[in-house]
Amino acid sequence: MIDDFLIRAGLAGLGLAVATGPLGSFVVWRRMAYFGDATSHAAILGVALALALHLPIAAGTLIVALTMALTVSTLAAKGWAMDTTLGVLAHSALAFGLVAISYVPGVRADLSSYLFGDILAVTPMDLGFIWGGAVIVLGLLVWRWQALLTATLSEDLAHASGLNPDRERLVLTLALALVVAVALKIVGALLIAAMLIIPAAAARAVSRTPEAMAVIASVIGALACLAGLSLSLWQDTPAGPSIVSAAAICFAAAAIISAFRR
Amino acid sequence: MSLLSAQNLAVRFGGAEVLSGISLAIEAGEIVTILGPNGSGKSTLLRALLGIVPLSAGQVRRALGLRLGYVPQKLSVDRSMPMTVRRFLSLPKRVSDAEATAALVRVGLPDVEARQMAALSGGQFQRVLLARALLSDPQILILDEPTQGLDQPGEAAFYRLIEEVRAQTGAAILMVSHDLHVVMAASDRVICLNGHICCEGTPRVVSNAPEYRALFGLGTKGALALYQHQHDHSHDHGHGHSHHAHEDHAHD
Repeated sequence: MIDDFLIRAGLAGLGLAVATGPLGSFVVWRRMAYFGDATSHAAILGVALALALHLPIAAGTLIVALTMALTVSTLAAKGWAMDTTLGVLAHSALAFGLVAISYVPGVRADLSSYLFGDILAVTPMDLGFIWGGAVIVLGLLVWRWQALLTATLSEDLAHASGLNPDRERLVLTLALALVVAVALKIVGALLIAAMLIIPAAAARAVSRTPEAMAVIASVIGALACLAGLSLSLWQDTPAGPSIVSAAAICFAAAAIISAFRR
Repeated sequence: MSLLSAQNLAVRFGGAEVLSGISLAIEAGEIVTILGPNGSGKSTLLRALLGIVPLSAGQVRRALGLRLGYVPQKLSVDRSMPMTVRRFLSLPKRVSDAEATAALVRVGLPDVEARQMAALSGGQFQRVLLARALLSDPQILILDEPTQGLDQPGEAAFYRLIEEVRAQTGAAILMVSHDLHVVMAASDRVICLNGHICCEGTPRVVSNAPEYRALFGLGTKGALALYQHQHDHSHDHGHGHSHHAHEDHAHD
């Protein structure tokens, strides 16, 4: 007999992987890794805000992550030096978030679950939120798929085809903020970006089309979540780092497989 | 009615006026080449006509429901994105396998559907871009220095292909170039650009225009070398007229 909490944890991981596969592929293709970091680190600030204002955690993280994502993409459009800007924003958001949380009484004990995730503590309500968010993200990406791919290849080509690259960038920005809010409970704020990048990078080595890469990235993400969950359960390791370690092992395996194929 | 026209178009980047007072019209079935030195605003003009770059003045008109194919100057498919030739041809509009194959055959690249875009040679890549542009059955094809990075035979072959496409489909062709002699042979009309339209007309008329020689009399190789003696603007010879003289006799 499998316990309910284990089933919930497994379903939560699968829900996350459904969204991170395709979105992570775009993060890799568009070189948005640091962008993901800034947005996910901002989630900690969102947690502090939610706790202080007695809002649901998910609402707080969603609002702050969205604000951060929009800020960053606006600055990028204005031509700011992105690595410096993102470095400043990502680490400031994390630092301010951690300082702010220390003012909220009685949360210090929970802090590590926000930083590193706590997949074994997923509640039925969390699960609904995770799958709801994942389905919205996947729906957005599938709906805009052709336009997103064209704009990612070349903004000029997209323009000439009557598409608006700015609008497609906004779609990705929204999706990223949603995924951050969804992933916080599972992998924690520090490693959300890793969950986007590592499965997609692993999938790249063994894919021939963008669609194959997105799907394989989801499969690898799901395997990593289940493997990380098992490790977390049996060895009492933190969930986020366990999942990301499993994804990294998949990446190494894919790299080796593709090296032998050549 | 023209397929594509511009009235008094101007473009600014920051404070600097890159293009001003550009009026032109492209008619069905003609091959028009925009010619100009580096920094003359050739690519910017194409991008303004396509709506990629905002205009600071004037307007661009398109025929109603105009089908337009665009071959950009350079497009690099990042190694991080797996992309077969077949998949690329279906962006952003999905096309059938038969259509994709026919387009590749037309540009002289059969059997490359399964190849990765990143693994193509420069010439093959340009042809795939052209095939993709042809799939929308364009009334006008817009090409931005399509032969950049190709060797001489590759370049000549590409322009022959463009003429074939025009002959087969009747599409108008608007392209930007700086390789003069090939362009001269392959165009119906040439527009000389240097921030504004210096002169325009058939290749023969343009190549005899003083504005054209002023622009290209310097430092160009090949077919235009002979003009250098007649119209010398170089610093070394210390002529009376200033370095900007050619801009003065540019308007008509």
